[in-house]
Amino acid sequence: MTIREVVKLLDAEILCGAEHLDTEIHTACGSDMMSDVLAYVKDQSVLLTGLLNPQVVRTAEMMDMLCIVFVRGKRPEQPVIDLAAEKGIVLLTTEKRLFVACGILYTNGLGG
Amino acid sequence: MQCIRLEYDVDGENFASAGNASESVKRTLKQMGVSPASVRRVAIAMYEGEINMVIHAHGGKAEVEIYPDRIDIYLKDKGPGIADIDLAMKAGYSTATESIRSLGFGAGMGLPNMKKYSDEMKIDSAVGVGTTVYLRVDFE
Repeated sequence: MTIREVVKLLDAEILCGAEHLDTEIHTACGSDMMSDVLAYVKDQSVLLTGLLNPQVVRTAEMMDMLCIVFVRGKRPEQPVIDLAAEKGIVLLTTEKRLFVACGILYTNGLGG
Repeated sequence: MQCIRLEYDVDGENFASAGNASESVKRTLKQMGVSPASVRRVAIAMYEGEINMVIHAHGGKAEVEIYPDRIDIYLKDKGPGIADIDLAMKAGYSTATESIRSLGFGAGMGLPNMKKYSDEMKIDSAVGVGTTVYLRVDFE
């Protein structure tokens, strides 16, 4: 699916990276522990998380991820959004909880 | 052999800037045409090291030497040192505080990750003096 479809499925708001919405993605992961993302994730292109600090963007950048979805209606501060914009990473925020957001994407064909 | 030398100060007081050095090295390797898989291994291993320097050791220096076939990374800090390196290498073991965990780190995966993503890793540490971690990643 495309990031645009993620936005629709999660009823998400786009915080930055609107120009990359047609990028194709195939896999995602959900975690609040960046060390675990760095340890276990392989080629996942979307990160769903409730963590808001700049290291979420750094972690995604190191893993070549394309999109970060903040769950539970969380919204990072502007410097974090600016950092993601600079790296070309799409930031989204959804009111849905982590489990629900992951479930929706999984049942709609996104792999783990 | 021809080599590119890079040096970075890792600011131990600024959690937000942790990762700057790794990001710069990642960008340099990409520009040099190193394979994406190798670039990612270097980025992850060095980033974990940089995070460690910030959360455990008040920062330090990162010295990088890039050769045509590999990268050598030296992460040097004057932090508290590691008393038991074997224990520190165990996945899941961490001395990180709850406040570090709330930032998404301190799961005890840093050093194991650095070993996993590098081809060679050496830790030289003395309690009260500091730690130097050497990482070598061979390019595909």
